[in-house]
Amino acid sequence: MATERDYGELLTLTFSTPMPYEWSIGKYGSLFFHEIRESQRFTGIRCPQCGKVYVPPRRLCAPCFKELDELIILPNLGSIMAFSVVNYPFPDPATGEQRPIPYTYGCIKIEGSDNIFNHVIDETNVEKIAVGMKVAAVFKGKEEMQGNIQDIRHFRILG
Amino acid sequence: MARRVAIVGTGQTDHRSHRPDVNGREMIYEAVKRALDDCQLSIHDIDAIIIGNMDHFESINYVDTWSVEGSGAVMKPIMKVTTGGTTGASVAIAAYYHVASGFFDKVLAIGWEKNSESDTTAAIITCSDPVWDRAFYSGAIPSLATEASAYMKQYGATQEDAARVAVRDRTNALSNPHAHLRKPITIEDVMASPMLAYPIKLLDVCPRTDGAAAVVFAADGVAQKIAPKPAWIRACAARHTYSWFGDVDYNAGLLSLQRASKEAYQRAGIREPADEIDVAELYLPYSYAGLKWIEDLGFCGPGEGPGFIRDGHTDMGGKIPVNPSGGVISTNCIGATALLRVAEAAMQVMGKAGQRQVPDVEVALATGFGGCFWSDVLILGKARP
Amino acid sequence: MDNIAIVGVAQTKYERRKKDKTYYDLVFEMTKGVLEDSGLTLEDIDNVITVSNDFLDGRTISSMAVGEAAGAGDKNISTVEGDGTFGAFYGAMRVLGGFNTTLVVAHSKGSEGDVKHITNGMFDPIFQRLLGLEAISASALQANAYMDRYGVREESFARVSVKNHANAKNNPYAHLPMELTIEDVMASQKMADPIKLLDCSPVSDGAAAIIIANEAHARKAKTKPVWIKGIAHCAEEYFLGDRDLTNPKSLRDAAKRAYAMAGIADPLKSLDVVELYDAFSYMEPLWLEGLGLCNPGDGPKLLDDGITTMSGALPVNPSGGVLSSHALLVAGLARIIEAVLQLRGEAENRQVEGAKTGLAHGINGPCGQSHCVWILGTEK
Repeated sequence: MATERDYGELLTLTFSTPMPYEWSIGKYGSLFFHEIRESQRFTGIRCPQCGKVYVPPRRLCAPCFKELDELIILPNLGSIMAFSVVNYPFPDPATGEQRPIPYTYGCIKIEGSDNIFNHVIDETNVEKIAVGMKVAAVFKGKEEMQGNIQDIRHFRILG
Repeated sequence: MARRVAIVGTGQTDHRSHRPDVNGREMIYEAVKRALDDCQLSIHDIDAIIIGNMDHFESINYVDTWSVEGSGAVMKPIMKVTTGGTTGASVAIAAYYHVASGFFDKVLAIGWEKNSESDTTAAIITCSDPVWDRAFYSGAIPSLATEASAYMKQYGATQEDAARVAVRDRTNALSNPHAHLRKPITIEDVMASPMLAYPIKLLDVCPRTDGAAAVVFAADGVAQKIAPKPAWIRACAARHTYSWFGDVDYNAGLLSLQRASKEAYQRAGIREPADEIDVAELYLPYSYAGLKWIEDLGFCGPGEGPGFIRDGHTDMGGKIPVNPSGGVISTNCIGATALLRVAEAAMQVMGKAGQRQVPDVEVALATGFGGCFWSDVLILGKARP
Repeated sequence: MDNIAIVGVAQTKYERRKKDKTYYDLVFEMTKGVLEDSGLTLEDIDNVITVSNDFLDGRTISSMAVGEAAGAGDKNISTVEGDGTFGAFYGAMRVLGGFNTTLVVAHSKGSEGDVKHITNGMFDPIFQRLLGLEAISASALQANAYMDRYGVREESFARVSVKNHANAKNNPYAHLPMELTIEDVMASQKMADPIKLLDCSPVSDGAAAIIIANEAHARKAKTKPVWIKGIAHCAEEYFLGDRDLTNPKSLRDAAKRAYAMAGIADPLKSLDVVELYDAFSYMEPLWLEGLGLCNPGDGPKLLDDGITTMSGALPVNPSGGVLSSHALLVAGLARIIEAVLQLRGEAENRQVEGAKTGLAHGINGPCGQSHCVWILGTEK
């Protein structure tokens, strides 16, 4: 096992394999991914008490501590609330491989929702991105979809 | 009835980027030894221990039981408290309740991290939800960049304003022999440092540090016998408001800090924080927080942060010196970071802060930040509450 | 110590794989459930302790997933990483330290990760982890040492498995209710000598919650309060080679202090029911020795003499214990909950008649390196 750093006489021990997990997505989350695969559209959920719409849909409105069940279909459009072009390399915890950089992490408010959906934006030139810009979701081809967040390829800037 | 509780001793390692000369347990021991020496106790005097860090940074499961040779918990009660970046403050608050409850008279709080033992960003990424956020989340910096850009847009703060905070903390670190980064920097240096994620540059953010902190808490009646001038816990409060990054409203300020500090001020009877608090050790992981979060703490009004900093109010000798220790921008051993804030605040109250001492400290504030924009707040004082 | 009580309990059914539920779902359901049980509302709760483990959840800051599901959005909150008995202990400290009510909630989905990897993570990466030690193999060392020291036979351990799995048939929440014979256990697959498959607890998914309240707030709850009489925890050395695995001295220390707090001089006489953390069958007799209920080496005799059976003088694990349902972290909280149900007289088919004083027990770390002991009572 090679070590990354040279400490002279002092040794280090390197492990690099990620641990395996199989996480449950839950009822509403599963439905969100099914709907993307079947109809390429977003699903949100509305709180009957405060009226807030959450996307992806979740079971609970925390401020009201109210269980939710009113699903609503949302457009595949949103606006950039905030963004960040990421320039530093780091290994992906799922694979141990380095992720390609740069890429743009975006906080996107999907039209008709009240919280922020996090994804990537297909633009890495800081000059060409601004808070408030409209974006549209770009999906993978149906046959490529795996029922995870990467079924949404990225968001594209509409201007 | 809850008992009164005071801090009677503190200890910390000499923080470095890599400590290949010690394993985790050995590094923990260094801080524990110094804390015990500081209050002239032996490990046999300690009734219980609380320890915290973040598991995936060293990949140790059950750190409470793994650590006993370093923490001194052989044949003693020990438990692990962990809440992300707030861990160190959460450990301190747990130590407070260990004593306040009446179960234990003298307890030891420990926070530690050997950030060099893993890729910090790869480890922190796993704090994001595996289903929804992890594929694209790239660690703390982009969320903070998001907060910073929202603040700049809202109030017209500039990158230079933020740089001033980094320069303040790094300058203070020159007086702290334990600090990790002890090299002077200028606003120009910050501005010229590489852009990590707009508007955050390399010198705007905290380093990754190997280090540990330990703090001894004792009950009323016991504390005064150990330390002639203990630092009393006047109040503590925590808010871990959000579970989802998508719920954080960056334009509303740091809600958790607003709420936790409000509760703590109320408990401690503080109405005008900037006037009544003599020194603050704040968990500011990046420079922009130094502008914005002092507003959330009520040191100044919304949007007034940059002016408050520019006017020197938070400098040594100012109205309310912030981070005499050099803060998180100079030293960040994550699980220890917030406990270092508490330790440094206690040292200020006890008059033991050496070259970085603020004169005549009656009341000190310490905060922790972490998780999903969470905050922990402690207020310490010289007067027995 | 001021009077504080457990005024609400909730637990899920324990099962192999709760595929339809996330941690968030489980914690929300338990929070709702424990409020219903107590008759309190979320407004009555002034602070929350969550219990989770980053390795188990595959998530750094695992508590982040569940805070709002526990109703803690605008409340004081903290997180204990370790067995639920430890989390609940911190919850009790907070009530004695100034809060009125603590909601404690623990969750665990062992089905989502690889428990061998996760328990291998308990062992020192430098000296032990590469050797492949994990919970089963380490416990096998302890079981062997125990047999060797006192001449205990594997059949004595098998008898514990038979008793506890049979008790589980009376527990609607149990994962593995089973009618077994000693021969079944002895003939089950060898895992790591002398531990066989039916000597091992299962890996279960589950969650549980309790509410701890001060005396004034205990009166607001609709349940019969179960008073906390004593709690203590203690850890011993880490490396297995530094320990006498046949002498659970940290358990002895914790038990001694918990008994003293509760004013118990003769535990065998004072206790009416015990729920302990039997992750493996050998642990039950060994922990009974540590709890001072018999002399060292006499643990197996307690069962041979029928004392720890449902009809005996001191029934141990009427619920079926951890051998029958093992959701990591949750399991200790479940021991507390089972003791509470016994003392409320609501344990239904598994009820020990007239139980007034109960003991609940949890462990952390390899081979019971750290123990937490709770004494609960029907009287203040």
